[in-house]
Amino acid sequence: MTPLLQVSDIAKSYGARIGCTDVSFDLYPGEVMGSVGESGSGKSTLLSCLAGHLPPDRGKVRFDTRTNGLRDTVKMSEPERRMLSRTDWAFVHQHARDGLRMNVSAGGNVGERLMAVGARHYGDIRDAATDWLGRVEISADRVDDRPTAFSGGMQQRLQIARNLVTGPRLVFMDEPTGGLDVSVQARLLDLLRGLVREMNLSAIIVTHDLAVVRLLADRLMVMKDGHVVETGLTDQVLDDPQHRYTQLLVSSVLQV
Amino acid sequence: MISVQNVSKSFTLHNQGAATIPVMQGASLQVAPGECVALVGASGAGKSTLMRMIYGNYLAASGRILIGDVDVVQAEPRTILDLRRNVLGYVSQFLRVVPRVSALDVVAEPLLLTGTPHDTALGRAEALLTRLNIPERLWQLSPTTFSGGEQQRVNIARGFAYDYPALLLDEPTASLDVTNRGVVLDMVMAAKARGTAIVGIFHDDAARDQVCDREIDVAAFTPRAAA
Repeated sequence: MTPLLQVSDIAKSYGARIGCTDVSFDLYPGEVMGSVGESGSGKSTLLSCLAGHLPPDRGKVRFDTRTNGLRDTVKMSEPERRMLSRTDWAFVHQHARDGLRMNVSAGGNVGERLMAVGARHYGDIRDAATDWLGRVEISADRVDDRPTAFSGGMQQRLQIARNLVTGPRLVFMDEPTGGLDVSVQARLLDLLRGLVREMNLSAIIVTHDLAVVRLLADRLMVMKDGHVVETGLTDQVLDDPQHRYTQLLVSSVLQV
Repeated sequence: MISVQNVSKSFTLHNQGAATIPVMQGASLQVAPGECVALVGASGAGKSTLMRMIYGNYLAASGRILIGDVDVVQAEPRTILDLRRNVLGYVSQFLRVVPRVSALDVVAEPLLLTGTPHDTALGRAEALLTRLNIPERLWQLSPTTFSGGEQQRVNIARGFAYDYPALLLDEPTASLDVTNRGVVLDMVMAAKARGTAIVGIFHDDAARDQVCDREIDVAAFTPRAAA
């Protein structure tokens, strides 16, 4: 099987300071990779480099495109990369307002993505938008409301609907459950797990919450000071951590 | 089906003076299809550690652990994930699930992961929960709110939902009443009859004698102080 994403030797510095360095991994279809580490460990920098939001200083990010096989997205032209980010990728921001258009209706937020990949029939777009709102448990009578009228958890679910409506193959998530209260988190986690399974999605999830990666990620990458210090199966890394920093991280979690 | 060959394990505690604690060496065992092997030994002897290594949850320091033709010690995470989906089941002592997911969905999940149609999976989950005497009014509730025994039965239902060729059981009858203990032991016997290779930890002697063909004392794998 061809990996969906092949990351080799990615590095990004901010002046003399290391953002992230020497990051390499393969991600296969249907796999969810978690990335954990404290603030400043480089996990968000890495995500930005992978998603094409930030040009890395060196390294390759090869994505298995539908038509031309593995292509290095770092070297791609901007329009090509933008097309990929509309058709094949999705990016779920920590703050839903970064990923939504706040003064467009919920239905419009979802429909806009469809129009960006060529959908033109109003009825079809609206039906697809309503269907997706239902899948993320937003009732149909809220389709014309603006996200500003939604709670934080609803905004986050709307952002997920907007991102997944075009049937992407790879989803980047930056702290998708951060800032939500725990009851909403649980529902969102269940939703994401179901969608990953049904759509055979691959995902890269950046979070500092070990409980979230345990439930969501198949594999885990632990970052510290811009370096990947440990990788492996999520439960193995959490239950039998090998690196000093991972051991510290795992043993520092407060028990409820 | 399951072949553990000369496996060793030590824990290094980096944040406690980098103490290295050897916990196992020379561990070897073979389990044929249709056979149930019990791990025995005092508490702390390494029964669960060995079982977790077979599942790929703990890293072995050396040796080979073959499940079919996959060596868990060397395999890529992706290969182990595939193995866990299709070949190797594990009933742990404790249930770990997403909060607010119904018991029915928790039990059906292993089937859905292997591509079973939704209705078939739910039907099988219902049958298992019925057999394990989980009242129907609880099916739509999250098992995180259940009693210890109920949680364990949901965990067992989940572990037996898919017919894995190899199965690890960590004290499956520990907190069950007589009726449910009987049901679980029947399920273990049925799995054996299907040809499942089983490694189990049973503190319940009678249960162990009933379902297990052999015992392996893990104390034999404890590193000697001099070694």
